[in-house]
Amino acid sequence: MRGVKKTKFARILSHMRKNPLFWAGLLVVAGVALAAVFAPVLAPYDPNLRHVQYKLVPPSGLFPLGTDSLGRDVLSRMFFGARVSLWVGFVAVSISIAIGVTLGLLAGFFRGWIDELIMRFVDVMLCFPSFFLILAVVAFLDASIVNIMVIIGLTSWMGVARLVRAETLSLREREFVAAARLAGAGAWRILFRHILPNALAPVLVAGTLGVAGAILTESALSFLGIGVEIPTASWGNMLTEGREAMGVAWWLSVFPGMAILITVLSYNLLGEGLRDLFDPKAV
Amino acid sequence: MFGLLRRILKKLFWLLLVFIGITIISFWVIHLAPGSPTDQEITMNPLADAEARERLERFYGLDKPLHEQYWSWIKRIARFDFGNSMSSDMRPVLDKIMECLPVTVCMNVLALILTLLVAVPIGVLAARKPGGLFDRGSTMFVYIGFAMPNFWLAMLLMSQFCINWQIFPLSGIVSMDYDSLSAWDKFWDLASHLTLPVFIYTFGSLAGMSRFMRSSMLEVLRQDYIRTARAKGVSGAKLVWTHALRNALLPVITLLGLSIPGLIGGSVIVESIFALPGLGQLFYDAVMSRDYPLIMGSLVLGAILTLLGNVLADIGYGLADPRIRRAF
Repeated sequence: MRGVKKTKFARILSHMRKNPLFWAGLLVVAGVALAAVFAPVLAPYDPNLRHVQYKLVPPSGLFPLGTDSLGRDVLSRMFFGARVSLWVGFVAVSISIAIGVTLGLLAGFFRGWIDELIMRFVDVMLCFPSFFLILAVVAFLDASIVNIMVIIGLTSWMGVARLVRAETLSLREREFVAAARLAGAGAWRILFRHILPNALAPVLVAGTLGVAGAILTESALSFLGIGVEIPTASWGNMLTEGREAMGVAWWLSVFPGMAILITVLSYNLLGEGLRDLFDPKAV
Repeated sequence: MFGLLRRILKKLFWLLLVFIGITIISFWVIHLAPGSPTDQEITMNPLADAEARERLERFYGLDKPLHEQYWSWIKRIARFDFGNSMSSDMRPVLDKIMECLPVTVCMNVLALILTLLVAVPIGVLAARKPGGLFDRGSTMFVYIGFAMPNFWLAMLLMSQFCINWQIFPLSGIVSMDYDSLSAWDKFWDLASHLTLPVFIYTFGSLAGMSRFMRSSMLEVLRQDYIRTARAKGVSGAKLVWTHALRNALLPVITLLGLSIPGLIGGSVIVESIFALPGLGQLFYDAVMSRDYPLIMGSLVLGAILTLLGNVLADIGYGLADPRIRRAF
C-alpha cells in the first residue's frame, strides 16, 4: 500500500478516520432512523396509553424518561416522535429537491428568458419570510402532517435551484457535453443523462442539510400547535406539553429538545462531512 | 452618468418585477382555501359575522373573474389599503401592523448589532489560525448554534432565569405598573423584559454570522494584497484587524440583507413564547383566529420589508466598496 495508489475504499476509510465528526453524525442519523423504523418494537408502552395513576412521574425504572401530565410514557412518545421528524424531513426535502433540481437544470441549460424567469421567481420566493408563508398557508388549509411536509418542501427549494443552475452552467460547457451533442443527443437526454448525474453531489449535501432544516421547522410548527395533530407524538408538540409543565417536570422539556438538537446536529455534521468528501478543495 | 441611470432603471425594473411576484404569490395563497375564504371557512369562524364576510367579498371582489379580482386588490395594496381586521375591533390592518412593527424591528436591530459585535471577532480569530484550538472550539459552537431549536432554548432559559431564579420577568414587554415608574425605572423595566428575547435572537444568528465571517476572512487572507502588506512588514495583528478586516466585512453587508426574512419569521416563535406585542405575535394570533385580511397584510408587508432590506444592503455595499462606487 505504501506509496502505491490507494484504492477508493481505503481513501474513504482514511478520510473518515480524519473526520470523527462525520462518523458521529452518520452513527446518530442511522440510530435515529432505526429508532423510527422499529418504534413499535422498541417502545416500552403504547405512546398514547394514559397510565392514569402515574401522572408526571420523574424518570425511574418503570418509566425511563418519566411520564407527562396525562400519564403517557415519554420514552415511547420519543420513539414515535422520531417517525414524524424523519418522515417530514425526507418528504419535504424530496419535494424541494425535485423542484429545485428541475428548475435549476432548466435555467442553467436553456439560459435566456427561461433562466431569467426562473431566477426572478427564486428572488420572489426568497423575499417571503418562509415561516410567515408556511403559517399563512396552514391558516388557509388545515394543519396536517401531509400539508406541513408539502408546504415546507414548497418553500425551501430555492437554494437547490441556485446550486443546480450554477453547476449546470459550468457543466454545459464541458467537452463530454459537446461530445454528446455531436453524437446527436437531444436536449433532454443531455440534461438527464449527462448533466444531472454530474451535478448530484452538491444536491446530496444540500439535501442532507435540508433534512435538518425541515426537522427544525416541523418541530417549531408543532410547538406552536399548528403542526402534527394532537394525539400523535412529535418532538415539537411534546415540548408544548413540557412548556405547560415548566418548573414542575423538567424531563418533559429536556428530553424532546435534546432529541431535536442531537438529530439536527448529526444531519448537519453528515452534510458538512459529505461536502468535504466530494470536494476536498473547499475546506 | 449614463451608466448610473441605466443601473438604477434596471434595478427599479427588478424591484417592480419582484413586487408583482410577491403580490401574485400572496394572492394565490388566498385562493388556496377550499371554496373561497369567505365560504365555509368563515362559517366556522365565530369572529366573522355576515357583515365581515361581505366586507371581505367586496375587498377581494370574489364574485368577479380572477384577473379583475387581482387587479382590484393590487390597486388597494398600492395605496397600502389592506382592509379591516376581522377581529372584534375591526380596525384597519395597516394600523395594527404599524403598532406592532417597532417592537419587532427594534429587537431585531438590537440583536443584529450584538451579533456583529460578537460574531466578527469570533470569525476573525478563528480564521487567523485555521484548525487551531480556537477555530475548532468555535466550529463546535457554530454547529450547536445551528442545531439549537430557538424555542427550546427560550424554554430552558425561561425556566431557569424566570421561574427558578426569578431574575427576569416571565413575559410581556413592560410590567403592569410601567406607567407609574420613573424614567430610569422604565428603562430598567423594559431592559429586563427584553434581555432574554434579544439573547435568543442573537444566539440564533450568531452561528451563521461567525461562520460567514470566518470564511470571508480566510478568503481575504489568501489575496495578493495581503501578501504584499505582509512583505512590506505589516505585523500580524495590524494586518488582520485593519488591512484584512475592512475587506472581509464587505460581504457581511449582503448577509445582513439576506437574513431579514429569517429574522421576521423567527419573531413568530420568540414573540409568542415571551408574549411580546410585535409583528410575529400579531401574525400568530391572526393565523390562530383566521383573520384573513390581517394574515394577507402581514404576509405582503413582511415580503416588502425584506425587499427593502435587500435594496438597503445593495446601497450599503455600494457605499462601502470604493470599487463599486467608482463604477457608477
